Amino acid sequence: MSFRDRRVPDHAGTLPERAGDGLGDGRPTQPVARFAHGSRVPGWDDAVDLTKDPAVLPDPATTPVPDDLRREIEAAMARYPDRRSAAIPALHAAQAVHGWCSPEAIDEVACVMRLTPAYLTSVASFYDMFALTPKPRNDVFVCTNISCSLLGADELFDAMKSAAEGSDVDVRSFECLGACDIAPMASVNGEYVGPLELGDATRIVEDLQAGRPVLPDKQIRYRRSVDTDPATAGDHDDTLPEPPRDET
Amino acid sequence: MTKILLDRIDEPELNTLDVYLRRGGYESLRKALAMSPEDVVAELKASAIRGRGGAGFQMGTKVSFLPHGEMAKYLVCNADESEPGTFKDRELMQKSPHMLIEGVMIAAYAGDIHQAFIYIRGEYQLQADILEAAIAEAAEAGYIGKRILGSGFSASLVLHRGAGAYICGEETGLLDSLEGKRGNPRLKPPFPAIQGLYAGPTLINNVETLSTVPHIIRMGGAEYAKIGTETSTGTKLVSISGDVKRPGNYEIELGIPSREIIYGLAGGPPSGRPIKFWFPGGSSSPVLTGHDLDIPYDFDSMAKAGTMLGSGAIIVADESRRVLDTMLKVAKFYAHESCGKCVPCREGTNWTHKMLQRIYTGEATPMDLDIMASVQEQIMGNCLCVLGDAMAMPIGSFVKKFRVELEDEIEAARERASTAALQDVVAVGVAGEHAGPMPVH
Repeated sequence: MSFRDRRVPDHAGTLPERAGDGLGDGRPTQPVARFAHGSRVPGWDDAVDLTKDPAVLPDPATTPVPDDLRREIEAAMARYPDRRSAAIPALHAAQAVHGWCSPEAIDEVACVMRLTPAYLTSVASFYDMFALTPKPRNDVFVCTNISCSLLGADELFDAMKSAAEGSDVDVRSFECLGACDIAPMASVNGEYVGPLELGDATRIVEDLQAGRPVLPDKQIRYRRSVDTDPATAGDHDDTLPEPPRDET
Repeated sequence: MTKILLDRIDEPELNTLDVYLRRGGYESLRKALAMSPEDVVAELKASAIRGRGGAGFQMGTKVSFLPHGEMAKYLVCNADESEPGTFKDRELMQKSPHMLIEGVMIAAYAGDIHQAFIYIRGEYQLQADILEAAIAEAAEAGYIGKRILGSGFSASLVLHRGAGAYICGEETGLLDSLEGKRGNPRLKPPFPAIQGLYAGPTLINNVETLSTVPHIIRMGGAEYAKIGTETSTGTKLVSISGDVKRPGNYEIELGIPSREIIYGLAGGPPSGRPIKFWFPGGSSSPVLTGHDLDIPYDFDSMAKAGTMLGSGAIIVADESRRVLDTMLKVAKFYAHESCGKCVPCREGTNWTHKMLQRIYTGEATPMDLDIMASVQEQIMGNCLCVLGDAMAMPIGSFVKKFRVELEDEIEAARERASTAALQDVVAVGVAGEHAGPMPVH
């Protein structure tokens, strides 16, 4: 009997499964069935049906692609000497349409780019910004790297998590987002805001749900350079005088 | 202090072509196009500017490595700024995108390159939008495209957004990613200057380096070389963050004492406590302590002190910080970002992360520190790229410089764990469930 033929013992399901949280970015990894002493239950890596053929290039006749998406992908392909370079821009575009890199989204990109779904899935799974599982529409990336965590990002992440409970907001802890000058900070649907306090967590969620610009007074686009005359640097205002305020 | 890159950086609408032109923008491009490409390379060599992305390789030399002759050559601007602590390119691209575009076009002319790309990290949405608009404006006005400014030189420029992967800041990982693949680093040699993007000769430079190019052409290489020290010429943007009063980007002349940056410009720790440790060049550089503040801030002095200037990102931690917390953050970051291609890096980063977690849970013994140090030594130099080294260097330096504190941590955690186990008569879980707080994010 080969390793692959071994069946999962009946009691495997009742054993405690360690649903790890991976590297602690708040997303559960696929739990692996384990025995009580910790070793893996045989069959845990039976990922695919080996009798099935791999997915081939989707047939354009049976794969409807929204016109806008097709145009965007084709424009991206035209920009590069090799059309494959457009894989990441195309996946960005498809994710924007579908909300995540669903099998349908991958198929549509594959159909336009004439690449296999397997290839595109391999690319999508490499990068943090592509979601291979369904997720809420709004993204909040809380940076929890060194500088931000020195200034309280871990507590902020917890506060953000509980503030977003039950809402249409996906909160993830993220590696350095390149804005340590406004630590602790977060990227809200791509908009950098900081320095944040714990109370800002609920404001972010409220702003998102109301469709308002998020924390306009803390957006990085209005932040001035600190590199002015050191004698006066302490006194000067860190934000431009008038960030646009939402009237509603 | 000399301001070159951050000179009047907050001028309103500097990101538009009109304001940039009013400030004398694209004059350097005009001047460069009137020179021969060889003369432009000579100016770059005379300026002795060293790459601002981390490795510190001389840009002029890099350009001269490109083979001559008729072939498809590429220029790639590395704007995948993801080294923890670094945020200088973000400010440059957001506030003065045309300066970068001008630098890219001059460098392309110097290397006889007709296709250029800017690879910007996916998270920089605002900066990508601003750059995209600036590129469109510049192309419209004839600074990008066919027969630029009436010369015989043509070049295209494409902005490419990444999707969140630290390894794509590594030059060969970036090239794979730009080719539409997973961002796995390649074996070197061949170096990208010989065989890079689409197997053609490729010049790769950081945003800050390329943004400086117009100024070098304007001032003349020899004049630029007068700023800074003999081997570290020019000004450098320093991103300071962590326990300082005024975090942000500062433009400094290379060679000034580190104390002047951390205390003079950034104001030192707000708490007034002394500095315990600081990273001089991003989280990949070996840490320095509060005793090292008088080391001049330039490439060679940092190398002599056993660390590196890297991307110029200083992260400061004061006396109240636990070394262990920062080590865990560092190890977790590299374990997460390792692409998994080379075993020493993939396993080494992962096990270092686990060993540090064992310290928190009270399962570690002082012997673990020796094992950890030896793991770091075995990662160094044994992988295709330096991602593994980038963890091994700081972790190794932490173990070396803060061994006593780490041993105390281990002892305290073991005591906590055993006390908890005794108190809990029906202890069924692992000791870790009772031990002290561990940041998990």
